[in-house]
Amino acid sequence: MSPPLHIPASKLCESCRATRALISRPKTNQKLCKTCFLSTFEAEVHATIVSTTLFTRGSRVAIGASGGKDSTVLASVLKTLNERYDYGVEFVLLSIDEGIKGYRDDSLETVKRNAVQYGMELVIVSYEELYGWSMDSVVESIGKKGNCTYCGVFRRQALDRGAERLGINHVVTGHNADDIAETVLMNLLRGDLPRLHRCTSIITSSTSSPIARSKPLKYAYEKEIVLYALHKKLDYFSTECIYSPEAFRGSARTLIKALEKVRPSAILDIVRSGEAFSRMIPSQAQASSAKLSQESGMSNCTRCGYLTSQELCKACTLLDCLNKNRPKMAVEVEAGIEDEEASSSLRRGMEAMKLAEEGIVN
Amino acid sequence: MNEQQGPSANGVRSNPISLNIEFSGGLEILFSNQRDHRIQLPAKDSSGEPANIMFLVHYLCENLMKDRRKDLFLLHGGIRPGILVLINDADWELEGEEEYLVQDGDIILFVSTLHGG
Repeated sequence: MSPPLHIPASKLCESCRATRALISRPKTNQKLCKTCFLSTFEAEVHATIVSTTLFTRGSRVAIGASGGKDSTVLASVLKTLNERYDYGVEFVLLSIDEGIKGYRDDSLETVKRNAVQYGMELVIVSYEELYGWSMDSVVESIGKKGNCTYCGVFRRQALDRGAERLGINHVVTGHNADDIAETVLMNLLRGDLPRLHRCTSIITSSTSSPIARSKPLKYAYEKEIVLYALHKKLDYFSTECIYSPEAFRGSARTLIKALEKVRPSAILDIVRSGEAFSRMIPSQAQASSAKLSQESGMSNCTRCGYLTSQELCKACTLLDCLNKNRPKMAVEVEAGIEDEEASSSLRRGMEAMKLAEEGIVN
Repeated sequence: MNEQQGPSANGVRSNPISLNIEFSGGLEILFSNQRDHRIQLPAKDSSGEPANIMFLVHYLCENLMKDRRKDLFLLHGGIRPGILVLINDADWELEGEEEYLVQDGDIILFVSTLHGG
């Protein structure tokens, strides 16, 4: 691959100065060879983990694994770091089967291969077994419109229940810097201070869930995640969900990518700004009023036992609609989805807002 | 490497350039669900300038892409932001991006970072 003899100095890796540079880092503009890039990427994730004391020795942690690039890279890097730095953590792959033929069944095959490649236990929890409804049957009943709302609410509970089943109270997800920057922008535009406060935290534990969520890749650029997967030849799956194709065409995502093109450091700058905003938000605005009243009023869903502020949890409320074949909840529930899922479902919601995309991008 | 590049410089005609084009990260869907393509690219664009990446992507869009959603590959006249381009394994930013002059035998990989999982 690499040219045999003469490499001009301008093409050399700026770190080892021995090999041809193949990567231009968006964060720093530094030009690195493959080996230096892979080890720098790993070192940065390690630094994030150590500086936030994310893991404790002897604990079991579930990796929310979809078979996509982010969670595949996350699993691979965590395995590498766990061995290299002896975290003493047992990682388990936790996948959700939404029941979408031609999409999730294929991506789950990728996760099954990953489980073998990384020597990790794999647990798959399906909507069908948890709720009696697969997404295929949901869409058959209500159509494609609004189906992401159901999927988002169901997924959050499903991850929690899967973790519970494993006796695990910490789930890591593959959210990257681009995801966080996008969420910061959207929460800022919507003036949603409580979410703006929470969305940049590396670890979130919420009153509505006994399971902590964290994002070890929060400072990792999507570009570098893809390049890491590519140069390490990782096995990942990359097809759009058939019920929400082109969700990535949402305006906020397009804006983030257009900003990166002009000034690559912009993504990390937005993440850092989000963190700074978070520190500026007065404590009374950190939780929404609904949340505040919930603090004391959290109880178990009378039907399924999940933590909720209402009599019925969101999933059970949605299930009621489905079972009565009277879907009407879509808009109301949107606002209640927690941060993690909010990133993608908000993205879809924002499509309607059309941020004058043309004007900004040009 | 590419000595047989036709009757040169202001030459009347140049041999086409053989390229290996690869699509990954979800982009293959736009190109007949096929990851690897071997193509012959005209050595010069319509105004007689040597073929560069910009010429190549427009050529691909017009000749190889069957999907009608052209904006998933090209946006505002350039490659859609969020699609990475690797020229012989190297980030195209290291090679001059759109201006890079393609060479016979180049492997050019387009990877989308936009698809979730």
